[in-house]
Amino acid sequence: MAQSRLYIKESASQTAGPYVHIGLAPGAAGFDIYRRELGWDIAGPNARGERIRVEGRVLDGMGAATKDVLLEVWQANADGHYAHPEGGGPVEDGFRGWGRVITDFDTGAWGFDTVKPGPTPGRDGRLQAPHLNLWLVARGINIGLNTRLYFDDEAERNTADPVLNLIEWEDRRSTLIATRTMRDGTPLYHFDIRLQGDRETVFFDI
Amino acid sequence: MNAPGEFYQRDRDLHPPAFAPGYKSSVTRSPRCALLSLQGSASEITGPVFGHGDLDPGDNDLLSNYAKPGESPIGERIILHGRVLDENQRPVPKTMVEVWQANAGGRYRHKKDTYLAPIDPNFGGCGRTLTDDDGAYFFRTVKPGVYPWRNFGNNWRPAHIHISVFGSGFAQRLITQCYFEGDPFIALCPIVQTIPDPEAIVQLTAKLDHKATIPLDTVAYKFDVVLRGRRSTLFENRLEGN
Repeated sequence: MAQSRLYIKESASQTAGPYVHIGLAPGAAGFDIYRRELGWDIAGPNARGERIRVEGRVLDGMGAATKDVLLEVWQANADGHYAHPEGGGPVEDGFRGWGRVITDFDTGAWGFDTVKPGPTPGRDGRLQAPHLNLWLVARGINIGLNTRLYFDDEAERNTADPVLNLIEWEDRRSTLIATRTMRDGTPLYHFDIRLQGDRETVFFDI
Repeated sequence: MNAPGEFYQRDRDLHPPAFAPGYKSSVTRSPRCALLSLQGSASEITGPVFGHGDLDPGDNDLLSNYAKPGESPIGERIILHGRVLDENQRPVPKTMVEVWQANAGGRYRHKKDTYLAPIDPNFGGCGRTLTDDDGAYFFRTVKPGVYPWRNFGNNWRPAHIHISVFGSGFAQRLITQCYFEGDPFIALCPIVQTIPDPEAIVQLTAKLDHKATIPLDTVAYKFDVVLRGRRSTLFENRLEGN
């Protein structure tokens, strides 16, 4: 199909502001309006693979935990398929691969339960190491920030990952790698996001 | 037929920079390292798919979705409608559009909002809908009021409705704000003025749509949202490497 040459411009981004919760996560913010809140169940009941929990904080340039951030996650299933017509293959019934959480109003902590994704195809046919795609918005963030979370128990795949290898400064690659521990028998990955300053997280223009 | 490829590079000259000191909250929340540009893989060109099972039919009517039976919120009754398009002027069908806003007095139903204007017992201030096959959406609501915020001490946000749109791929994810034509606070707002391109501000300003008003009932404003478009993969290998 021939491409239209009558291009128009993308709408400019604006900050999600301090009250993003009432729009995108009203239930999580204690505001009961919708019968069904979006984004709280990422993997669904039928997803295969390892059940995991991911937790962290979002730190500002002063090193303080932000308490008004909304995060969204987009991920493949354990087979490396996204729940999308171009996602590479089928996913389990009920697997969305998408979720959204807010940072706690008091502590700044965020967390979600999901399954660990499998490797996904990269741009040039090389496999990408398992990863979660994250998108952050908040007051003071003028355009949503994209980053990725990789897993520290996937060292071999991480070493070969085409995106991690694009990061010129090798010590910055570690800002994208979550650390695994166990809690009550469930794998827990810890991942802090640093918006600015020392060990600033790598953000992507995707 | 050629499969659609990755999304066009984002035009950063029309988006606000991360660091925009006139909007003070951005100072410590803006990355200082350059963003690392990625080509689109499956991780970027795909995104969540929503359906009518995810919402209720009345979710796009803010005049009634939080009001007590037989009552309605105070304020100027408006319809906000338009289309979600991409940069190729193609409609973006079946995509989730979510909105949130202050009430007619400029107060949000949010526990962190302490502005002295009162909460409206009949107004929640959020709504959502899916675009139709033509990319069209509509909401019914009240026009939000302006409200003060600290920043330089005496700043006022122009009347605005926050809008969140998904598109078909995660790379299209966008949150913006819809302003209303004729509002003198647009030119004075440090958040609006983070946008470097004046035409991009005009594009975020809803126009009165007189023909779409409902006589003796509701004023209408038209607001289109444009998401990134996708290339055709003319002579290129497919993403998955054939």
